[in-house]
Amino acid sequence: MKILVAVKRVIDYNVQIRVKEDGTGVHTDNVKMSTNPPDDNAIEEAVKLKESGKVKEIVAVTVGEEKAQETVRKALAVGADRGIHVKADSYIEPLGIAKILKKVVEKEKPDMVFLGKQAIDDDCNQTGQMLAAILNWPQGTFTSKINLKEKTVEIVREIDEGLETLEINLPAVITCDLRLNEPRFASLPNIMKAKKKPIDQMIAKDLGIDIKNRIQQLKVEEPPKRKSGIKVSSVAELVSKLKNEAKVI
Amino acid sequence: MSVLLVAEHDNSNLKAFTLNAISAASKINNDIHVLVAGFECDNVSKEVASIPLVKKVLLCDSQNYKNYLPENLAPLITKVSEKYDHIVASANTFGKNFMPRVAAALDVSQISDVIKVNDSETFLRPVYAGNAFATVKSNDKKKCVTIRPTSFDPAPKTGGSAQVEKIEAVAVPNISKFIKREETKSERPELGTARIVISGGRGMQSGENFKLINSIADKLNAAVGASRAAVDAGYIGNDHQVGQTGKVVVPDLYIAVGISGAIQHLAGMKESKIIVAINKDGEAPIFSVADYGLEADLFTALPEFLSELNKLNTIQK
Repeated sequence: MKILVAVKRVIDYNVQIRVKEDGTGVHTDNVKMSTNPPDDNAIEEAVKLKESGKVKEIVAVTVGEEKAQETVRKALAVGADRGIHVKADSYIEPLGIAKILKKVVEKEKPDMVFLGKQAIDDDCNQTGQMLAAILNWPQGTFTSKINLKEKTVEIVREIDEGLETLEINLPAVITCDLRLNEPRFASLPNIMKAKKKPIDQMIAKDLGIDIKNRIQQLKVEEPPKRKSGIKVSSVAELVSKLKNEAKVI
Repeated sequence: MSVLLVAEHDNSNLKAFTLNAISAASKINNDIHVLVAGFECDNVSKEVASIPLVKKVLLCDSQNYKNYLPENLAPLITKVSEKYDHIVASANTFGKNFMPRVAAALDVSQISDVIKVNDSETFLRPVYAGNAFATVKSNDKKKCVTIRPTSFDPAPKTGGSAQVEKIEAVAVPNISKFIKREETKSERPELGTARIVISGGRGMQSGENFKLINSIADKLNAAVGASRAAVDAGYIGNDHQVGQTGKVVVPDLYIAVGISGAIQHLAGMKESKIIVAINKDGEAPIFSVADYGLEADLFTALPEFLSELNKLNTIQK
């Protein structure tokens, strides 16, 4: 069995986001970048399945500028066998990314595609579902548990009401929740070994598909700031403020 | 042209967030048609028909839609959407699951998690976990939009009498099977819709100590939340998690106890009307968003808080 894992390079989750003064976006120059956090869970799960003997090969793929390769390299260091970098110089919407990934799927013929449930930059939560749709594959979104069977995969999903269990046919797309597993760190020897693993390159605009963006970003701004509040000196004062000033209790 | 809104329900009753989605849809266009797809869900279609903002209800009653499998639901919505300019649903785990499938089938770029409708093609949405707001304009002919329910007031529920039209189910691919759903049962109000939320963080030090939070929640008829740190430490189940990777809540009163205020937690609660922070670290970032901050040890402050509440004659519920 073969798994394709899609990873994305995003601003590190610990970085305080700064909006550009001209309203065109957020500052990314000299900002620490890393793999989108739930994508690490996707890689981890694939590696665990390989260790259990159920999966033979893991291919990590990313779409983005030259430096996006770093995320593939990291996946290789954690346990992916080879990488694919689809080069694209500017932002591509999830619909375009899904079409690119479909091309990769057609070439690689994986049994499952793993992705993070959502990217922490554009917060779209679309790519996995869109890929599943255009492949006519079933999907397991917000997955927190995977039980791989012969021709199906049983998954547990995190939904607003609690948990949902589904059994979906293979091949399938699975988007991973942070609760799926605890991603490991790459060891130094594995980081060294990963440097020798191959990363194939493809060029997004040469794939012969329509990846033009449909959504125009008119403005990016800081969210409205909350008025700074006050410190109260005692619990009694707090309760009195909530009762008489804020009138919420 | 009109808006097609996809109702969320449990086959017996309409889910409350659909009312918020309807009110958002009404800012796009007044001609709102609501699709109720489910199994033996007659009562839901009646509930929807009585919402004054709804002009028409499309009822598709079939075993195929009993468990809202996106593989089954998306082809139906895609077909029905032929006559509509906008397809709208809530940006919760219901809408997030099927809407991108519909958008991709229509070759449309979806606009996710809208918090404000500027006009029928321009929307405001948070990015970077709410650390920036983007105004975006869709150039697609059809627009697939998910809206953040807590950013819109619920539409009034009664007084309308929309026509209910039955529609046929479409073929399903038979590639997915529903096994079970385990709903978290609680005597307390639901986290996503509660008027008051009290949350505990790593400062609680143990799951056992959450009883201090629970007793105040009972007194205030509040929902209990938690930070990711408290969930990861195993103090409380992950269905209580408030934040970017958990639930986004917008209660009238949010009480953060022993929560430092990591960016990812703030993203889930900073739109609350009144925020209270109780933390012994006066420098904790949570104080920067709090209307009322109490710098104190929670293990003395919480019992005192409960006894002060007990002294009050009336508590709004």
